[in-house]
Amino acid sequence: MLSYPTVRASLIFVAVAVVGLLFADIAITASNPWRDLGNFFLGVVTPNFFSSEGLLTALLRTVAFAFVGVALGSFFGFLLALVYRLLPVRIFCAFIRAIHELFWALIFLQFFGFHPLTGVLAIAIPYSGIFAKVYSEILEEADPEPRRLLPPGTGMIAAFLYARIPDVWDQMRTYTAYRLECGLRSSAILGFVGLPTLGFYLEASFSQGLYSDAGAMLILFYVLIATIPLWVRPKLLPIYILAAPFFLGEGLPIVWGNVERFFTEDIIPAPLRSGEGMAGMVPWLSDLMVNEAMPGIWNTVLLTQIALVATGILALLAFPLISNHFGGPVRRTSGHVFLVIARSTPEYILAYILLQLWGPSMLPAVVALALHNGGIIGHLIGRQTNTLRLRPDAITGFNRYTWELVPRVYRSFLAFLFYRWEIIMRETAILGILGIYTLGFYVDSAIQNIRFDRAMVLILITALLNIGVDALGRYIRRKLALQTMPTC
Amino acid sequence: MALKLIRKFVASSLLFVTAASASAETFVFTAIPDEDETRLVERFRGVADYLSEQLDVDVRYIPVKSYAAAVSAFRNNQVQLAWFGGLSGVQARRLVPGSEAIAQGVEDEAFQTYFIANTSTGIDPAEDLASLEDQLRGKTFTFGSKGSTSGRLMPEFHIRETFEEAPEDFFARVGFSGNHTRTLRLVEAGTYEVGALNFQVWEKELENGNIDTNAVQVIWETPAYPDYQWTIRGDVNERFGDGFKERVKEALLALDDQELLESFPRSGFIPASNEDYEPIRKTAEEIGILD
Repeated sequence: MLSYPTVRASLIFVAVAVVGLLFADIAITASNPWRDLGNFFLGVVTPNFFSSEGLLTALLRTVAFAFVGVALGSFFGFLLALVYRLLPVRIFCAFIRAIHELFWALIFLQFFGFHPLTGVLAIAIPYSGIFAKVYSEILEEADPEPRRLLPPGTGMIAAFLYARIPDVWDQMRTYTAYRLECGLRSSAILGFVGLPTLGFYLEASFSQGLYSDAGAMLILFYVLIATIPLWVRPKLLPIYILAAPFFLGEGLPIVWGNVERFFTEDIIPAPLRSGEGMAGMVPWLSDLMVNEAMPGIWNTVLLTQIALVATGILALLAFPLISNHFGGPVRRTSGHVFLVIARSTPEYILAYILLQLWGPSMLPAVVALALHNGGIIGHLIGRQTNTLRLRPDAITGFNRYTWELVPRVYRSFLAFLFYRWEIIMRETAILGILGIYTLGFYVDSAIQNIRFDRAMVLILITALLNIGVDALGRYIRRKLALQTMPTC
Repeated sequence: MALKLIRKFVASSLLFVTAASASAETFVFTAIPDEDETRLVERFRGVADYLSEQLDVDVRYIPVKSYAAAVSAFRNNQVQLAWFGGLSGVQARRLVPGSEAIAQGVEDEAFQTYFIANTSTGIDPAEDLASLEDQLRGKTFTFGSKGSTSGRLMPEFHIRETFEEAPEDFFARVGFSGNHTRTLRLVEAGTYEVGALNFQVWEKELENGNIDTNAVQVIWETPAYPDYQWTIRGDVNERFGDGFKERVKEALLALDDQELLESFPRSGFIPASNEDYEPIRKTAEEIGILD
């Protein structure tokens, strides 16, 4: 078995994670974690939908920010996709998508403040980068044949519109619709930093132990996501997009002087600002690297590797829940519900909940990342097994799982996992805001101390780390000849 | 598609413009999120109503999610007045030249931090922190918010001064709960063994019977220091008319609605000045929170 490169690669990653566990801070520090978890589930089954006057408004804002953000992202992403061949464009897109929505929001909050633009841009910018990449991949794979049949002298734009777009339209539409679901999740968590979306109220109810209120919000959120196919209709889409900007809320007016100040003063490293020049930069940078960047990078990488393997294990355990090859319709339906909940809950919210219940350590983060990402991958490969036809006399039960199904889906499983590697790392960094000592913790500390120069350097480091892991993930997928479709 | 987007851009930019002009003459204030949000919203909506009546302008309170967000909103002139802690006030006034501390609570002249411990640790209350060294070492400890005076700055200062070590070296695990109520709950539940919080929050919760005194107790009280204050921007007169700053100050000092004061909880507001907070600035510089 060791002769299979996929098995070897898997074992290396498992080994790294096991060694990582020795260094990781994994603990349940709460004295009564199960009672709290019990209270939480009690809250979810006794939801209180009338707790906050702002709940429905928050839901509306969550949808509005998602629509405006994703619409702008897909528009600019499409434009960028047309010139994606150019190296500078590719680097630019890799960079803007390597920075998490919450980091973008934290940056814009510093000069746009609580204006709707902050939330809109926080979604639109990283999404443009992602759309650019995926659209360009879709366009590239378009069938070149129709184009060759066009008469000579056909204009470039006409050729593009008539020979290329029709071929890829369905795929682009599917992907964009899928991204809208991601946009709803992104929009919801923006509330955690103060924008008027669902996360704002969720954080407030949770921190006060109002589990029934929090339960109601989570249920509404799941319903919103699960019913997307019902209310997001192609014909209604233009209406939604036109209406969405009017439901973003007023916020507070932008003071443009703040924008200039942010770029010309706030983010200039302190020694340069105070006129110490390059001589002051060395101690400033080394202090930042030694005390913040290095511990942050170490913890981020450690947590990412453990969470990646935990995600893989969970996905492999979870896919039979929705697979046709096992059990009856009742179990499959409950399996679907479990996976929908796992993948619809943003990691950030899951981690926040578990941190409240279990106390601070890397454990809540690992479980949150594994549940969310494992839920997504489990769902995808579970669906894939449903397209497999086994011999009528194929073995059943556990042997069917280990000898028939897992080997058949293992390659696409690995492909998804390596694809999500970078996504997991991006999330890991952001979970630092919740108090786990990853890069996000130090970014948040710098912002709390009004030291945006430090925050920007740390965000830059986070972005570079993500770009690095993304490249490594792609390299491994190429080496192992794994192909996948994008997920978020 | 393109046309749709253009229309949308126009629509949204129109929206932004109208939003800006509609709220231009509203006097907006915020407060650091140091306690449970529902309580803050209730308290400061009361203040907004009161100020609106006294000043004859629209007054709006906006809740924020972090101390830094309150400071940034003040600095960015999106709010003109704020109820800051000692440290956030110093940060804000450094960033906004001309801004002034105009009033503080009666209790803020001599504010205190309480160190609290879960009773399962068996730590006994003591008069001085040094005598607790052996019992505290290696415990888990939580501050409040990273930007808090009573929940972070002062406790960290005393820990460093007394034990000559950084908190993360002295304790087994150091966390930031986010606010004082949460610190109380986390130590009460045993998630952290020891914590430090605003003494007013402790006293108020105790009075309201919200603390399980069998589970958590005060083990040490810090010496007094100046804390919370109302800080106003220097340019409010240009925007809201001559003498506006003075009127805000008078209104705050004249606030005698017992229920509202009780919600802070303060017995009243007294005049304050920027100089009152010099000790806080020095302490913050000493432990490296301020440059």
